[in-house]
Amino acid sequence: MSAPTSPARADAALEGETLSVQLAGDWLITAPRPGWLAALAGRTPKRVVLGSAGLGQWDSALLLFLFEAQQWCRIAGAHCDTKALPEKIHALLRQMSTSHETSVPFDRSENFFTAVGEATLDIWRKTRVFAHFIGECVLGAVRLVKHPKKFRWADFVEEMQLCGAMALPIVSLVSFLVGVTLAYTGAIVLRQYGGDIYVADLVGLSMVREMGALMTGVVLAGRTGAAFAATLGNMKANEEIDALETLGISAVDFLVLPRLLALGVMMPLLAIYSNALGILGGMAISMKVLSIPPAAYWVEMLTIVDMSDLLVGVIKAVVFGLIIGLAGCLRGIEAERSAAGVGRAATSAVVTAILLIIMADAVFAVAFDILGL
Amino acid sequence: MPNSANASDSPAIEVTGLTCGYDGQAVLKDLSFTVKRGEVFFVIGGSGCGKSTLLRHLIGLNPPLAGTVKFLGQSFTTADLAARRKLLKTFGVLYQGGALWSSLTLRQNVALPLEEHTTLSAREIDELATLKLAQVGLTGFEDYYPAEISGGMKKRAGLARALSLDPSIVFLDEPSAGLDPVTSRKLDELVLQMRETFGTTLVVVSHELASIFGIADRVIMLDRAEQGIIAEGPPRELAERSRDPRVIDFLHRSDRPAAPAV
Repeated sequence: MSAPTSPARADAALEGETLSVQLAGDWLITAPRPGWLAALAGRTPKRVVLGSAGLGQWDSALLLFLFEAQQWCRIAGAHCDTKALPEKIHALLRQMSTSHETSVPFDRSENFFTAVGEATLDIWRKTRVFAHFIGECVLGAVRLVKHPKKFRWADFVEEMQLCGAMALPIVSLVSFLVGVTLAYTGAIVLRQYGGDIYVADLVGLSMVREMGALMTGVVLAGRTGAAFAATLGNMKANEEIDALETLGISAVDFLVLPRLLALGVMMPLLAIYSNALGILGGMAISMKVLSIPPAAYWVEMLTIVDMSDLLVGVIKAVVFGLIIGLAGCLRGIEAERSAAGVGRAATSAVVTAILLIIMADAVFAVAFDILGL
Repeated sequence: MPNSANASDSPAIEVTGLTCGYDGQAVLKDLSFTVKRGEVFFVIGGSGCGKSTLLRHLIGLNPPLAGTVKFLGQSFTTADLAARRKLLKTFGVLYQGGALWSSLTLRQNVALPLEEHTTLSAREIDELATLKLAQVGLTGFEDYYPAEISGGMKKRAGLARALSLDPSIVFLDEPSAGLDPVTSRKLDELVLQMRETFGTTLVVVSHELASIFGIADRVIMLDRAEQGIIAEGPPRELAERSRDPRVIDFLHRSDRPAAPAV
């Protein structure tokens, strides 16, 4: 819009019970303008006559003023005379009045019972969708075993690269620091009893049985799970998943299985790598702070950590990997077809994966205790 | 939309020696043209000829490799931040898919530019947003989210948002694409109504012949191989008088195509 050359004015003059308002200058929405109440200046005329003799440029700013004037007249019972205004303005004012009268706010609020009911139905629906999705994945896995040539091996390798090799730096850093933290924390207690050397047992056992798989799972939930959800959510928004379905290609076989298997394979490898880095972190602190030689640390650790512990960690890692893959892919496929929907899917994938990992870890703790592992 | 009793004579848009491209690679070279105030101006051409690229460079989403763009006599390409911000208020843009903010209702989409650039009260902004949506035929849908309405409605809501600050110039990127003929026709009528009522200058990127012949005052035709303008003028005049086979092919393509010999 052009810059106003003369400011907007509403010159009002009261003659008897008639208020004449002459509109002049440029009335632009991005520039200051007089309000109707300012023009009225507390007067209560029975008739208002609006004129536009000195009017320059105008846009919606003028309409707002005139609409306010009309509204005031209606409420005050005054006659509003706009005959002197151009027809264009009349047409727009009519449009504005109509839109004002016909626009009814859409009430989205719901009462407590409806909200509870809706939430319950939503939980039921989500549970069914999750079960259906797992079923689809199992059927997809059966198809993969029957027809391995049809599997997207190239995608599988690429996903392994993306979720495995590319995650090494962040997994390294997190795992090393977890090892350091465990060693420091353990040292505080163990030192008091002269059992510094048992820091090796603490760090080793914690990393191999618990923290290696858990920390890798949390890192991958944030890194890979969110990426799966965002990618699949975007594909859904672009109707790419619809295109697969209409071509008779299962979206699960094409998109989900390669990702799921890639995580299932890479998670245990990353967890073992994480164990090594965590132990290294603990070893570094033991050497620097507790003056325990690396060889002594290693030998001590091997007295308590054995293959069954490593197996426990690996089993957990495989399950955590599948959980992350399932949560990421399900949330992506279920995403709403909008930018906000994709964002929500990514967030939900991370939250779901971490929640399920923690729950699964607790189940594993009880199960392995019963099994004596 | 400002109606003006004494508007300056400078053209609405003045493009001089504009070279558009990405990463130093030119897509369109040395374009020069002007758009008069109140004109319905079409940028036409086949797919991939650079229509949308030109639009992105005109509205400042991509910096030009060379050349200048002036809006209402003021340079946009060389403007400092404050001047640029001021010039941004002179035009509105309707993007191809509407580009509505999905987390906001239609009313909030239209209201946001008003909240950012004016000192209007919340009630006034609400009135204006309602009016703008009514002008594009979306009364009753003010509180719907973009995901809850159809593609054509999204485009109309996008147009209402583009008009929220009453700009002098409105750019429309493929307004008819993906719309049925009736909705497309209504959108064309809306464009003409905007021009007639408010004297708005409209720059439309399109390859829809019905719209081109229906509402365009003047067109420029772009060509991928030429990397520039190959024809300029009123569409009917070009269709009747141009001898360029590319122009003839494009503007007469509604003729029944012959089945290729197998």
